[in-house]
Amino acid sequence: MYRYDEFDARFVAERTAQFKDQVERRLRGELTEEEFRPLRLMNGLYLQLHAYMLRVAVPYGVLSSRQMRQLAMIAERFDKGYGHFTTRQNIQYNWPRLEDVPLILEALAEVEMHAIQTSGNCIRNVTTDQYAGVAADEIEDPRPHCELLRQWSSLHPEFSFLPRKFKIAVTGAPFDRAAVKVHDIGLRMHRNEQGLPGFEVIVGGGLGRTPMVGKTIRGFLPADELLPYVTAIMRVYNRFGRRDNKYKARIKILVHEIGVDAFSELVEAEFAKGDHGEAIELAAAEVARIEAYFAPPAYEALAEKDPAHLAHLFENKAFARWVRHNVAQHKVPGYSIANISLKPTGGIPGDATADEMRLVADLAERYSFAEIRVAHEQNLVLPDVATRDLWALWQALDAAGLATPNLNLVSDIIACPGMDYCALATARSIPIAQAISRRFADLSRQEDVGDLHINISGCINACGHHHVAHLGILGLEKKGVESYQITLGGSADENAAIGQLIGPGFAAHEIVDAVEAVVRVYLDGRRGQEERFLDFFRRVGVKHFKEAIYATA
Amino acid sequence: MPEIITANHLIGGDVVFLAENGWTPNVDRATVAEDEATRAALEARAAEAEAMNIVVAPYAVEVRREGSRIVPVHYREVMRTRGPTVRPDLGHQASLGAS
Repeated sequence: MYRYDEFDARFVAERTAQFKDQVERRLRGELTEEEFRPLRLMNGLYLQLHAYMLRVAVPYGVLSSRQMRQLAMIAERFDKGYGHFTTRQNIQYNWPRLEDVPLILEALAEVEMHAIQTSGNCIRNVTTDQYAGVAADEIEDPRPHCELLRQWSSLHPEFSFLPRKFKIAVTGAPFDRAAVKVHDIGLRMHRNEQGLPGFEVIVGGGLGRTPMVGKTIRGFLPADELLPYVTAIMRVYNRFGRRDNKYKARIKILVHEIGVDAFSELVEAEFAKGDHGEAIELAAAEVARIEAYFAPPAYEALAEKDPAHLAHLFENKAFARWVRHNVAQHKVPGYSIANISLKPTGGIPGDATADEMRLVADLAERYSFAEIRVAHEQNLVLPDVATRDLWALWQALDAAGLATPNLNLVSDIIACPGMDYCALATARSIPIAQAISRRFADLSRQEDVGDLHINISGCINACGHHHVAHLGILGLEKKGVESYQITLGGSADENAAIGQLIGPGFAAHEIVDAVEAVVRVYLDGRRGQEERFLDFFRRVGVKHFKEAIYATA
Repeated sequence: MPEIITANHLIGGDVVFLAENGWTPNVDRATVAEDEATRAALEARAAEAEAMNIVVAPYAVEVRREGSRIVPVHYREVMRTRGPTVRPDLGHQASLGAS
């Protein structure tokens, strides 16, 4: 994985020292809260419902074992013994004391981490496919391009005060696991006719109060032109994006209001202004330098099938089930991608204790070249596990309660912190996720239902990605109580779609029954198990569900 | 409607309520303003505490009395008096034994 060079190390050290001084001045009363607030937000520090919250950047979701151990240490020493992995592939601490935050940032800097670009109207931490570099279906590893974007965007003076926050997602695989079509900029890798890699550039996607699927403005951009082209997009947005109304300030509104063709023309005109020769050369040289950090680890030459592994699959049903759901195909024969679900029955999606973090760090060191990924679905991934080691890995995970075999099933729920933690929330998310998870605790039942993604947001800002869930739940306030709306048919993959509202909201005590009713409509009407929930929805439409759900309500 | 003043403690970030003798984590000890004059006095004290960098972002919350308890009207504010509903071991509910 990428290691800081002298420039990275210096700017993080400088920023840490700078914020330490700012905190001390705040505590001495030399800065008012009004003066301090933008400074703390630039360092990922929020004031939430019960306490401060520190959001730490995990660049494109990649962590080393050493970093994960440091995150565990921070959770234990400065927080309440746990952290929360987010839909932005980051980690949040829910209880830091202001006076401790400089020490936390110092501890992060020791392992080449920080909390910059996790808040404010800047280019946020770039996200990508959690299987980047190891996916069997990948065209090319997107991480060097993510790292290039990270270096370019970090403290970029021209783009530090944008009209609104800005999120870039990259995928190197045709099957989109990074939800690139619902980001401000989504980059999908393709090869051109000459076999060279490049990106389809998608702009203006997003969730929140105005959900939109992004529009393609370039079918193929040569990879080495990425920075100048993204710069052109940012300049158009920075100039024409609205600053008079924060609800209309995201790039999706600009693209929508002027139209994708006009927007595209502005970008191409901006792009045509410069001679990008030098920038392209520099970027190509930098990507080549960065690529060395992402060279594949020392894989052994292994057979595709391991006899002992096959025997364990045959003998142990629980192991076989975990492999079936949580293990994905690796690009190298004899290796596998192991997903660690952070969604145990009745658990809090995305939460991990310090002990769990340390265990994952140890297991990554033993079985996965000391590397871990954070998935935007709020799970963890060991990307490079020899298939013959899956049995030992599973036993260790199972003993710690981390072997829930539910990836992509009903209980693999994405949930924002909601009103249990978040100051912006209008309703709670986590208790709803927990109740659904308990209702569908029977794994055989979950397997019968199959591929069904439930996402829950506790307010219209949609951190829980409810719009792109097969079954989305949005928590609102209605007449002084929590109320939950259901949307159906959303999708975050390469066929991204925004879910459709089925009707009036449900009270907190009704919502789990309503979810079960939706599932029942699907099970009763599907053309066999091979017709997935989303296929069924696309065949019958929202009206079919609406009539069935509200008729029985 | 009676009101109390709440804020977050500057150094620790924890939720606090304005009481007779300063700021308390226990909502039941908060001073309740039943009239406009008391409310104005509480707001003046809160503004002073904010200026002295003791608390951050104070604001008024509507409450009702339930026996000896003081209970905010809005469920969001009820949660702030206690802590996360999904982690009864954390927040004021853990340290104060609030129910």
